[in-house]
Amino acid sequence: MINLFIQVSLYLGVLLALAKPMGYYMARVYEGKLPVFVRWLAPVENLFYRLCGVDSKQEMRWTHYALAVLWFSLLGVLVVYLLQRLQGMLPLNPQGLGAVTPDSALNTALSFVTNTNWQGYVGETTMSYLTQMAGLSVQNFFSAATGMAVVIALIRGFARHTTETIGNFWVDMTRSTLYILLPLSTVLALVLVGQGVVQNFSAYEKATLTESVGYEQPKLDASGSPMKDAAGNAVTEKVIVTEQTIAMGPVASQEAIKQIGTNGGGFFNANSAHPFENPTPFSNFLAMLAIFIIPAGLCYTFGSMVGDTRQGWAILASMTLLFVGFLAVTEYAEQQGNPAFTALGVDQAVSATQSGGNMEGKEMRFGIVNSALFATITTAASCGAVNSMHDSYTPLGGLVPLAQIQLSEVVFGGVGSGLYGMLVYAVIAVFLAGLMIGRTPDYLGKKIEAFDIKMASLVILIPPLIILGGTALAVMLTAGKSGIYNPGAHGFSEVLYAFTSAVGNNGSAFAGISANTPFYNSALGFAVWFGRFWLMIPVLALAGSLAGKKRMPASVGSMATHTPLFVWLLIGTVLLVGALTFVPALALGPVIEHLNMISVH
Amino acid sequence: MFKELRPAVISFLLLTLLTGFAYPALVTGISQAIMSDKANGSLIVKDGKPVGSSLIGQSFSDPKYFWSRPSATGPMANNASASSGSNLGPTNPALLDAVKARVQALRDADPGNTKAVPVDLVTASGSGLDPHISPAAAEYQLARVARLRSMPPEAVRKLVAEHTEERQFGILGEPRVNVLELNLALDETAKARLQAK
Repeated sequence: MINLFIQVSLYLGVLLALAKPMGYYMARVYEGKLPVFVRWLAPVENLFYRLCGVDSKQEMRWTHYALAVLWFSLLGVLVVYLLQRLQGMLPLNPQGLGAVTPDSALNTALSFVTNTNWQGYVGETTMSYLTQMAGLSVQNFFSAATGMAVVIALIRGFARHTTETIGNFWVDMTRSTLYILLPLSTVLALVLVGQGVVQNFSAYEKATLTESVGYEQPKLDASGSPMKDAAGNAVTEKVIVTEQTIAMGPVASQEAIKQIGTNGGGFFNANSAHPFENPTPFSNFLAMLAIFIIPAGLCYTFGSMVGDTRQGWAILASMTLLFVGFLAVTEYAEQQGNPAFTALGVDQAVSATQSGGNMEGKEMRFGIVNSALFATITTAASCGAVNSMHDSYTPLGGLVPLAQIQLSEVVFGGVGSGLYGMLVYAVIAVFLAGLMIGRTPDYLGKKIEAFDIKMASLVILIPPLIILGGTALAVMLTAGKSGIYNPGAHGFSEVLYAFTSAVGNNGSAFAGISANTPFYNSALGFAVWFGRFWLMIPVLALAGSLAGKKRMPASVGSMATHTPLFVWLLIGTVLLVGALTFVPALALGPVIEHLNMISVH
Repeated sequence: MFKELRPAVISFLLLTLLTGFAYPALVTGISQAIMSDKANGSLIVKDGKPVGSSLIGQSFSDPKYFWSRPSATGPMANNASASSGSNLGPTNPALLDAVKARVQALRDADPGNTKAVPVDLVTASGSGLDPHISPAAAEYQLARVARLRSMPPEAVRKLVAEHTEERQFGILGEPRVNVLELNLALDETAKARLQAK
């Protein structure tokens, strides 16, 4: 208990202390007032614009901005797809990995371009170093920079008045990459190597095992098909392995941007549970900090750019309170462990010499505290990196990640996407408050009118439509059901989690599901794309509409949006909308499973 | 419609060069220059040949070694080129069967030991490559290892303590014992005793 309290407090303390400097720095960058220590990069930035034929002073209307986002993203899909299909002929492929299948390659391309990083493949046996580095990791930068650009455009919508334009996408995107993502990633990558994260281009290492390992495999006849004995049973042969093949690669550079950009796509299959991605508790601490630092900082950037930092703190307070509530549930549920184990003679009690709790799918160095903390962070944000396997969580421990993504990841959320999601909720919250007292709502001096509410409603309504529709489709089709791994209610949760994660652009999974099939690759590929751009475009439309409005002076009838009352109203709105939409689906999955589990006990 | 295509293509190329090539090359260059041991996998080298990595677990089933946590990687346990957890859900009968079998295997290897088994020793790790067990799991196995190696338990306990990592900076993570390093040290001790005789 004390251990939990100390580690969580330290994390939140450091995070909240960094929010202001980070947010201040980002506001300066986007306003073009570069701090001295990055000013030397300005000539590089200007050279970029010259080569691209971009006039950095020329701003865009929202439609134009959206078009730039889409071109840039489509190009990403094309390049990542081709890299995967052609990697067998390209360099930096010491393991000689061949072309990725078309459906998996398209799914992966869509997934990385949309900041989802859903992974149907096993990294270390599928992707060449070139694909990882020049395809996937590049999209980690680009998709993050795109999300940040869009939120800045929305913030400008609030900050400006009576103007047609909301900024220049190429400028916002380039600045996000050059001044924010790249410097942070370089520093983090080097510190991670210092903790033991690998960074090389070598072939996989072979180590002689201290004790050899044996396993049975089906015996094949001369034609390569499995042999059967007289009774028709498969014949197996014993294989003795005396060497351990250890996967390598340029991991640290990808790991850093994976967290900072809330992307979450692991270099290896086990993601941040893999000791080469996340070797120590300190590397884990930095990873968790990296996931939240930009989303937390952006709240301050928002307050600073709209000229009232209290507005940003109110948003950050709502996020933090929601986060602490969710975290408490995960930590409690996982520490309770699995009631069925106790009868088998297993000790799950926490003590000075063991973390106890539900350790299936968790790593010893993280124990319960840092596994549950990481799981709550990665699904509050749209990161989706995992340092423990969510599929093996207790029903309630697994409900929290699921529910957080279903709330549209507005608790800190993805870089950019978290804050623009939360600002949409803020618009809805003032609208609801306006309905209650019968006044036209306004937020930050902008009158919220029919068009704005329509756009906000799209952002709120599209995700549940795809999540619930997709899940319903999958559990009705054989192709969908055949991917399920765990029996019973948990199997339904796996499918629900897959669509939730895809639409939320999260990328974590109840990973038992076999999603590397044409059905899931296509269905989830659509889900990530619509979950990203069908929200981004209404958000940009909202930005354009807000920017065009006059700013009204605050009157006695305006609701103050920096007060504790508003913080609670915002929290209430988020929870209410989420609960009304998803409670039935959650009842069929984790809730039933929880009741099953405790009734056996 | 197509006005933004040119900046899209050129900025894509330029930023790919920067983030997809220059950045990983820079990180690799610096890492290999000043911390090549860690950048190359923290390998443990014995007689000039790698015998594992201090960050990657190996499988042990001989009762004279400390056993690692169960691993769900395929086709064999602790496959460091195909990391994976079991992904078994908490109410899946297959999980209960697996745990039951692991408890039984530990009891069979050490018939006199009736203590409750620390949970980390019978549950598969997230990566399938967890190099650590809890200090409780080491203590659970200690008497067995000492007996089979004819070593005084205190000597084994001393080795365990040497390979126990406390919380990082006294705060972060959980205390843990590195199984491969501990087992290699046990073998070294055995070899030294043999030579001394």
